[in-house]
Amino acid sequence: MTPATWLALVAAVLWTTACVAWLRRRAGRASGDAGRRFFRHPMATPGLAVLVFFATIALAAPLLAPYPPRLQLDIVQLQNLPPSWLHPFGTDLYSRDVWSRLVYGARVSLGIGTLGMLLAVTLGALVGATAGYFRRSVDAVLMRLVDVGLAVPRIFVVLVVIALWDRLAVLPLVLLLGCTGWFPTSRLVRAEVLSLRERPFTDAARALGAGPWRVIFRHVLPNAAAPLIVSTALGIGNMMLLEAALSFLGVGVQPPRPSWGNMIADGREQLATALWTSLFPGLAIAVVVMALNAVGDGARDALDPRRETA
Amino acid sequence: MTAWLLRRLAAALAIVFAVVTLCFAVIHLAPGTPFLPGQDRPMDPAVVERLRSRFGLDQPLPVQYARYLGALAHGDLGESFSQRRPVADAIAGALPNTLLLTGTALAIDFLLGVVIGVVQAARARRRLDMALTNATLFFYSLPTFWLGLVLLLVFGQWLHWFPVGGVTDLILYDSMPLGLRLLDRLRHLALPALTLGLVGAAGTARYQRAALLEALGEDYARTARAKGLAEPRVLVDHALRNALLPIVTLLGVALPFLLTGAVVVETVFTWPGLGKLAADAIAGRDYPLVIATTLLSSVLVVLGSLLADLLTAAADPRVRLRA
Repeated sequence: MTPATWLALVAAVLWTTACVAWLRRRAGRASGDAGRRFFRHPMATPGLAVLVFFATIALAAPLLAPYPPRLQLDIVQLQNLPPSWLHPFGTDLYSRDVWSRLVYGARVSLGIGTLGMLLAVTLGALVGATAGYFRRSVDAVLMRLVDVGLAVPRIFVVLVVIALWDRLAVLPLVLLLGCTGWFPTSRLVRAEVLSLRERPFTDAARALGAGPWRVIFRHVLPNAAAPLIVSTALGIGNMMLLEAALSFLGVGVQPPRPSWGNMIADGREQLATALWTSLFPGLAIAVVVMALNAVGDGARDALDPRRETA
Repeated sequence: MTAWLLRRLAAALAIVFAVVTLCFAVIHLAPGTPFLPGQDRPMDPAVVERLRSRFGLDQPLPVQYARYLGALAHGDLGESFSQRRPVADAIAGALPNTLLLTGTALAIDFLLGVVIGVVQAARARRRLDMALTNATLFFYSLPTFWLGLVLLLVFGQWLHWFPVGGVTDLILYDSMPLGLRLLDRLRHLALPALTLGLVGAAGTARYQRAALLEALGEDYARTARAKGLAEPRVLVDHALRNALLPIVTLLGVALPFLLTGAVVVETVFTWPGLGKLAADAIAGRDYPLVIATTLLSSVLVVLGSLLADLLTAAADPRVRLRA
């Protein structure tokens, strides 16, 4: 790494600190004490900091990565170099800089996790709200569908689709992960909607002549946001773990494009001699997923004070 | 009770049937057919036609579907492309290994998870509780395969405490006496089961702690304290007995988790089970085998949730099994 990239790294850390401090200050001042309850969770602040940091390096990857992620520096002399000032996380079997790959891999891994979960939450909220609001046969049909979806471990469905369609590009992979991940969300939303639709405010909306979809989108779903936000935060982590597992099996993100999962797979054969090639991407996944879980726990404390976790 | 069981079994059967139909649909949605002549494999149209009729692909879809169901009902899952033997044989070889692995992992998951949860609840909000909360959060967030690789490196390659893969010692197993054989199997089982079990136990412990803390705030816990019981007895005899119930229902969730984990953990430890079979099958584009493992895994999940419901009913007299 050149002095410029070290400087960029320091800037990223400072930026992260500033962001988190700003958020904390806002939360302290905001009306209501949801924000304060969030930051009272002991792991919420470090979790948020980790997420801001990784989002920053993913977005500013060209500034923070000293080399292009696919560049093979010198396959003869710079293979499997241990960590040094020049290569803080070492180099891999093909003499690529592990830190640079990790930085660009953050784009892939975080991107797939976030986009996949956004799709899953959207689908789950739609299906759950439809089933919960209309009840009767609509509910019965949709929920039996969800029963089927929950009966198959997700990784197997994904494997079947990949086996039949051959390797998938990143976008189809996101679609696949999103379309197979909405079942738990739909159950959650359905349960919320079933109770919300009986509340006086939905009666009022109906009495004013609002149609079912207007009631669902303007009145019911916004009130189901709290559990939805919590489950989204926890779901992104699961999505990232699944992507990593698929990439590890060689059927997720295809090399040479770096994802944290396929970086671990790349380093697997030389675990004993070049530990750093799969140690750091593994730690990156663990730290980010842990941060997501901590932020999810904090969000639960903040938004759903009836239930207490950590 | 019998009516409830019959109803649940019917529902389970319906779910499995739906999964079968879905699998069939997905196969036929996929682009291409097995015998399409391409630029790189020119084929005589007559040969293609003969192959298609031999495998029944020239029939209309409903007929193919009926045949597929009929074969399935006879336990015929088709022929594995890559292993050149019936899929059912391959699965029969792999299933016991997976059941052994997931069963052991499940035991580690629940025993360790409950114990950690109890310790945390006993020391709630003190230093030990905080340390364990962070530890369980960390293990809960680990990619299973990565934990497997790390354990493999430390305990297999560096310390040589455990073998680095397989179910038994490839060379020496046949010449071992019974006791040593058992030990050899246990030694091979230890690391993969621990990998799966540790990640699961972290999740269980988080649930158990929350359930215990909730139970400790209930009226019956206050009554127990008012009777003059010491806090450990309140925790174990009164709170734990109630807080174990949600854990029993967790069983239904644990099985899909363990089977998913088995796919990668079996690959890491070259454990010849269902998961490795699926992972290898996909590498070899062996889709009869991939689909069969999917079906089997969903059967296991459905049975697991049925079992969880039965256990909940057995443990909780408030739950009535009504049809």
